Amino acid sequence: MAGTTAQAQVSRKALDSVVIRFSGDSGDGIQLIGGQFAQATALAGNDLLTFPDFPAEIRAPTGTKFGVSAFQINFSANRTRTSGDEPDVLVALNPAALAVNISELKPGGLIVVDIGTFSLRNLEKAGYTSNPLEDGSLEKYRKLAINISKMTLAAVEKHKLSQKEALRCKNMWTLGLVYWLYGRRRKSTVEWLEAYFQLQPELAVANIAALNAGHSFGETAELSNDIGTYQVPSADLPAGTYRNVTGTEALAWGLVTGTHLAEIKMVFCSYPITPASGLLHSLARLKEHNVVTFQAEDEIAAVCAAIGASYAGSLGVTSSSGPGIALKTEAIGLAIATELPIVIVNSQRAGPSTGLPTKTEQSDLYQAVFGRNADSPLVVLAASSPSDCFDVAIEAVRLAIKYMTPVIVLSDGYIANASEPWRIPAINQLAHFPVSFLADTTTCKPFARDAETLARPWIKPGTPNMEHRIGGLEKDLDTGHISYDAENHQRMTNLRSDKIDGIANDIPLQNIEQGAITGKLAVVGWGSTYGPISHAISNIRADGIEVSHIHLRHIWPLPRNLGALLAGFEQIMVPEMNHGQLVTLLRSQYLSHAESLSKVTGKPFTVHEIEDEIHLRMET
Amino acid sequence: MTVVALSEKLTAKDFATDQEIRWCPGCGDYAIVKAVRNALAELEVSKENTVFVSGIGCAARLPYYMATYGFHTIHGRAPAIATGIKLANPELDVWIATGDGDSLSIGGNHLLHVLRRNVNVQILLFNNEIYGLTKGQYSPTSRLGTHSPSTPLGSVERPVSAVAFALGAGAQFIGRSVDTLQTHLPKILIRAHNHLGASFVEIFQNCIVYNDGVFSDFTAKDVAAEQQLHLEHGKPMIFGANSNKGIRFNTEKFVLEVVELGVDGIEETHVLVHDETNRSLANMLVAMEPPDFPTALGVLFCRQARTYEQGVGEQIEKAKADNKNRDLNVVLHQGYTWSIDSEHHIDTPVK
Repeated sequence: MAGTTAQAQVSRKALDSVVIRFSGDSGDGIQLIGGQFAQATALAGNDLLTFPDFPAEIRAPTGTKFGVSAFQINFSANRTRTSGDEPDVLVALNPAALAVNISELKPGGLIVVDIGTFSLRNLEKAGYTSNPLEDGSLEKYRKLAINISKMTLAAVEKHKLSQKEALRCKNMWTLGLVYWLYGRRRKSTVEWLEAYFQLQPELAVANIAALNAGHSFGETAELSNDIGTYQVPSADLPAGTYRNVTGTEALAWGLVTGTHLAEIKMVFCSYPITPASGLLHSLARLKEHNVVTFQAEDEIAAVCAAIGASYAGSLGVTSSSGPGIALKTEAIGLAIATELPIVIVNSQRAGPSTGLPTKTEQSDLYQAVFGRNADSPLVVLAASSPSDCFDVAIEAVRLAIKYMTPVIVLSDGYIANASEPWRIPAINQLAHFPVSFLADTTTCKPFARDAETLARPWIKPGTPNMEHRIGGLEKDLDTGHISYDAENHQRMTNLRSDKIDGIANDIPLQNIEQGAITGKLAVVGWGSTYGPISHAISNIRADGIEVSHIHLRHIWPLPRNLGALLAGFEQIMVPEMNHGQLVTLLRSQYLSHAESLSKVTGKPFTVHEIEDEIHLRMET
Repeated sequence: MTVVALSEKLTAKDFATDQEIRWCPGCGDYAIVKAVRNALAELEVSKENTVFVSGIGCAARLPYYMATYGFHTIHGRAPAIATGIKLANPELDVWIATGDGDSLSIGGNHLLHVLRRNVNVQILLFNNEIYGLTKGQYSPTSRLGTHSPSTPLGSVERPVSAVAFALGAGAQFIGRSVDTLQTHLPKILIRAHNHLGASFVEIFQNCIVYNDGVFSDFTAKDVAAEQQLHLEHGKPMIFGANSNKGIRFNTEKFVLEVVELGVDGIEETHVLVHDETNRSLANMLVAMEPPDFPTALGVLFCRQARTYEQGVGEQIEKAKADNKNRDLNVVLHQGYTWSIDSEHHIDTPVK
């Protein structure tokens, strides 16, 4: 049995998949060790998905429940599609972290706690009237209660750090222990620490000492048999070169790749907002790739600068979250009226208003599709996973340029921060779609149209003999001059609508992710619900129950076969992290009998929630 | 038949479009568009390289009447749109046409930042101290007590000074003129154009319908000489119908004051000499207001500073030089990567 074998050669129990949740105070470095564990796990060949869950406060008062930061990782020998339902292991570096997370731990799950933080005062702050480690309330779990604080201080003692600096190493001690439990190699973290603390080598050495001490503790302490050590075999992933990628990184690289394929400069204009700021940070470091980044004075200036850039012949891109997108609304209307291409990224978060800035939601679908004054259609796409952001960003660039239209990309707080292994595409094998600017000086009709796409030509200022004026006033269908003519406005409104509708002919037909094309029940999702829906349907189908999964990337226009597909199912269930938005869209567009499954707790659906609901609806 | 030279110089007329002008008859904007066309002709700029950007309001219609590139955008946002244009193509010659409501009310924030960043554009603020296009409400530059449809008992707000705002925002070029000054205004526009960086020009513009004569206390022919101080760099600040008045710096009170030459032993040497590079002086000039002082016209402040585009461009060049071999493929492979072969063996990760 594990733990009794001699020396370092531990025999490990093989597991199919494991969910670990690291938790602690927001200053404990939880996100950091979560990220390191994900890296080491990816290098061990597992498939994985992570879910960072942190408070809105940068440094909330220590020891409080609202200051608890958590990072969950699900890693597997099979394809991983979610960050996991209930954790198998809960690491809690203080009583508040235990109090906040314990209800979600699987019965029989393992708790790793730092008893060094279980003072009366900290217990009180966490709302405990007695010590849960002693009062029997944690009986149904396995416990590894260690004075991590004390062990960390001992491990770094000879490195002469201040008490505060020394205690900061306890996340590394904990990580070392968890590495040992799951047979992970420390190499990538050691290298990362050396690089990160390049200018403070004493901190690098101390953190590595703590990491090693935690690992040695696992090796040498006579841990009880029920703690165990495990291994999760490598997953069967397709051949290729891989890396871990967050949705934010994939989106940044996708936008750069898209504009590279379009052979055009990107001007990225943004105003900081959680959880979208990461995109600005990523792109600001890619200036050598024909990217200009602009931190504007506000959300409105950001979208306006993007529009100005597109007018001048670059591709303007702006990014925000729901409240910021609301501010950009009027300017997006200008881009629709003047038919200029821009890409607008919305990393959705829980609302309304400021809402829950660090919590995920997908409640801006109405805003994206309908949220402007007047009849003002545009293109809406949604990314379904961190790595999918790459492909969706390229598609957004392609459609914006080809159809001279704003394109909204819906991501969300979960996708933006979550990471997963990604097979790096061969950039030089992707097809280019170079922009062509109109420079034919024989005709200057800025609102003449391509018969097929209905797009107007893109004419760059600086082109001789093509001088013209555009603006937000309605313009004549033929000449492009200001027109207040009633019939012309009807024609222009129809035309703006037809142009966007016609894009349905340029996007793939809707496919079925799993299951038959007709049947008793289809689960229709969009965006980041992909993982839990996909996993739930695999499980249910494995039990021999016939259910289908349809997942939308193109939210507007919808794929042209979607109505017919939906008509082939007796029941349609639409799980969404909102109060029922796509379901309304489907019902209005197709008179469909689609029904909602809503969840707005700031956390993704669990696989079980979707499975249970499918069972329930199949029975009725 | 006359022979037309191949590269004939463009005239003011060449900068006019075929569009019917939709300003009210007698509007000061007619004079401004004329001065702008004259200035462009004299500057010998090309039509294709010139872009007029505007927000919303009467002033914002100007791009439709200029045979250059033009973008009539949304209320208050022209500076932000113009900044995007310059980021995409710094070579374009960008002019912003705006009004007092457009740039000091709804768009105040963007005006502040385009000046602070020193984006190389010309900003022409048509100040008529009223909202014209929405039918006559008071504006942020309207004087205290202005009666308007929204302030039937008179406005209770103190007005903002456009030039004081611009100076506070960090503008490096501040010019001022009047719509009817058809010799003076084009000169100031040319100066603004030739200045590298954000150039701010306030143009007093008469709204004949909603605020007629609001500036007549210093623009009317019979008082102009007594009420206008035409600044020229290096020249003494003398004004008056008989050139007998001057501006003196009172060193005890630390203020400007109007003095009369030949009275109490005052001579020309006591009068301040305009130095447009002196920011402290500019601070005092923008604060001179009627009836105690003449209105200062001309170039109030001009100093050379690095433009926003220069800073942005230099960083891009540096990034390119520092990362010569970092193509997209390299970017995607940076950090930890690992390879999986067709039999699912994992390669030792390469850093």
